[in-house]
Amino acid sequence: MRENLNVIAAYVIMLGLIILVGFLQSWSVALSILCFCLISAVMTMGANIQWGYAGLINFGIMGYTALGGLAAVLVSVPPVREAWQVGGLNMILCAFLIALMVFSIRFIIKKYNKSNKRNYGIALVIITGLVLLRLISGPAIESIEAVSPATTGFLGGMGLPILFSWIVGAFFAGGLAYVIGKIALGLRADYLAIATLLISEIVIAVIKHEDWLSRGVKNVIGLKRPVPYEIDLQTKEWFINLVAKFNQGTLNLITDITEKEQLLKQLVIDGSTVFVKLCFAGLFTVVVITLLIITQKALYSPWGRMMRAIRDNEEAANAMGKNVVKQHLLIFVLGSAIVGIAGAMMVTYDGLFTPGSYRPMRYTFLIWVMVIVGGSGNNFGAILGGFAVWFLWIEAAPIALFLINFFTSGLEEANAFRVHLIDSIPYFRYLMMGIGLLLIMRYRPKGILPEKIRQV
Amino acid sequence: MDIINAIVLLLNYIFVPALSYGSQLALGAIFVSLIYGILRFAYFTAGDLMSFGTMFTILFTWYFQSLGISLGILPTALLAIPFGIIITILYVLLKDKLVFSYYRTKKSPPVQLAMVSIGTMFVTQAIVRIIIGPFDRRFFDGEKFILKANEFKEMTGLNEGLTIKSTQVITLLVTIIVVSILFWFLNKTKTGKSMRAYSDNEDLALLSGIDPKKVVMITWVIAAILATIGGALYGLDKSFKPFTYFNNMLPIFAAAIVGGIGNPFGAFLGGYVIAFSEILVTYAYRKFFIYLLPESIEPDGLLQLLSTDYKFAVSFSILVVVLLFRPSGIFKGKVL
Repeated sequence: MRENLNVIAAYVIMLGLIILVGFLQSWSVALSILCFCLISAVMTMGANIQWGYAGLINFGIMGYTALGGLAAVLVSVPPVREAWQVGGLNMILCAFLIALMVFSIRFIIKKYNKSNKRNYGIALVIITGLVLLRLISGPAIESIEAVSPATTGFLGGMGLPILFSWIVGAFFAGGLAYVIGKIALGLRADYLAIATLLISEIVIAVIKHEDWLSRGVKNVIGLKRPVPYEIDLQTKEWFINLVAKFNQGTLNLITDITEKEQLLKQLVIDGSTVFVKLCFAGLFTVVVITLLIITQKALYSPWGRMMRAIRDNEEAANAMGKNVVKQHLLIFVLGSAIVGIAGAMMVTYDGLFTPGSYRPMRYTFLIWVMVIVGGSGNNFGAILGGFAVWFLWIEAAPIALFLINFFTSGLEEANAFRVHLIDSIPYFRYLMMGIGLLLIMRYRPKGILPEKIRQV
Repeated sequence: MDIINAIVLLLNYIFVPALSYGSQLALGAIFVSLIYGILRFAYFTAGDLMSFGTMFTILFTWYFQSLGISLGILPTALLAIPFGIIITILYVLLKDKLVFSYYRTKKSPPVQLAMVSIGTMFVTQAIVRIIIGPFDRRFFDGEKFILKANEFKEMTGLNEGLTIKSTQVITLLVTIIVVSILFWFLNKTKTGKSMRAYSDNEDLALLSGIDPKKVVMITWVIAAILATIGGALYGLDKSFKPFTYFNNMLPIFAAAIVGGIGNPFGAFLGGYVIAFSEILVTYAYRKFFIYLLPESIEPDGLLQLLSTDYKFAVSFSILVVVLLFRPSGIFKGKVL
């Protein structure tokens, strides 16, 4: 109990801060911060099992997040039948062609020894494959994108409930991670970082510009929700009664009937947004707790011990007969899959998919700050990092405004310097993140909640 | 005649732009490579350091313009670059003293230093955005073109025009001068030699009495100079926007690795390799083949290998191929 005291204290403080936002700003804001904190927590858990358990640097988090989001679109949007009719066959053919290319390359690699001849063979397969792909997909893409481009212009999805996409997103991200891991995991740590960073940029480029798949920068809006809509809630009898019950005290104070009804109406509208966000928060909490239980179990299993052994001394672990390459690939895939879940969750929460909004600062480096600040190798630390950093990221603007007003209180309102500072408030969050990261790395390099090392 | 037209077309749309873009990348790649070779970590602040230097160059340019100082047909920014360099040098040395030196003396693993450089990336980015804002800025003045398309057509009687912007020529000239001085410094002077020795084998270099502090300081100074010049040239040629500069970090890293990281000369060539392949692969060759082929087999499509949206994909694919087949880079750097 004693040793867990700092964990409990840290979490109590964090929840207290969010509740404080609820009282000071509004409950709606507090709950959306909480929801995003939970999503960030899932992402940090994914990054943490790669970095904390195995010491792999993955700077491609943005790519996996976007793939998870793409999964949400492909699962929940109803299929566009017309588009399938005009171009579906060709696209399926292309998929087969890609599979054929992959298999023939694998065959060549297996069958022949490493030589220049083999390389030329692989190059030949790739080039002919690309030309064929181009020829088959080109006209199909054009006709798919021509199908009412203002509303669809893409193949659509499967029309399933969006909750499935959380699993599908994990598979998408895991699949990509498998391919990348096969290529890049042999590289040294910092090269792996650069390679994954570049790959994530490519994933974003593909999602942004392949309109037939994801509508690209035209965005997909109005995704279905796993929780009720505000409008529906506001007409439901039970919900109005619930709100009335909650606010009995305030309602009883008012005697005038019309005034009372008006207030109730306002309360129901406010209450419905809070209720929806509460539902989301509940769903996300279930995900976070499930993942936490699984990852904790894994960390203290023989497998977790082996991972830490590999992280701490790769050569020794190799000498003991552990297959380092295979384990690295496994953990790379697992961690990325978790990030994929988070990506799907985020798109589900937003109800829209905007490929243009994926930026490395927000989706890769910020997540890394969370992992480092929270404490790598410790799942509780990673979650706390997600909470704390996201909270600071959102609340940085009000804090910066307060500080600027405080320090420039001697200057007059229209002072150019002061106005300039207030105009650039959004960028103070970068400053806070950077300084926070540097301070933590210097004075508490293991994070707020460091990894527990069990003494023998 | 058609053949000459085709060649001029390629010169105009591929060769000249790629040469200037490549020079800008090369300057960045050289300093990333130097930092990697001597300080031994991947410096993720690269793009933002360039935008930091460019920002001060722009501020000084505006100051000079307000004073009425100008270089006539040359952009005023050339006058402002030295001042930008001085401030950037002060900034990197301060950063080294406050942040990096601690980890260096502790002999932290390179990964940790790379993480620290992400921290400084956030800070640098914040400083740039707070001071100058995130918007697009153009700070070019003076004569814009050396050769205009129309003049070229009149001069030669060809169908295709050749445009040469003055910024492209300035970029090329400045790059040649800076890079020659740098390689002369690294290969001929005592300090440069000690830097290379330190990069090859740190322990041996320390035993032979090389002062590590001096080597590190000079590396940072060179990095600041190259970053400011490269950034300012890029800004003059295109425009200055902090986000673009941050994104340029990717091709710069690709260039450094392709050229063999830790090897400045390789990085220099790597910059051109990346720039040329990016532009060659994303250019639409339709017009080119129309000139060359007889009318009966003229192509219908754009004949573009990849759409321009996939610029990054090109640099990355080259990177993957190089890493798979020549892990030490084309021009033999440190073995990965």
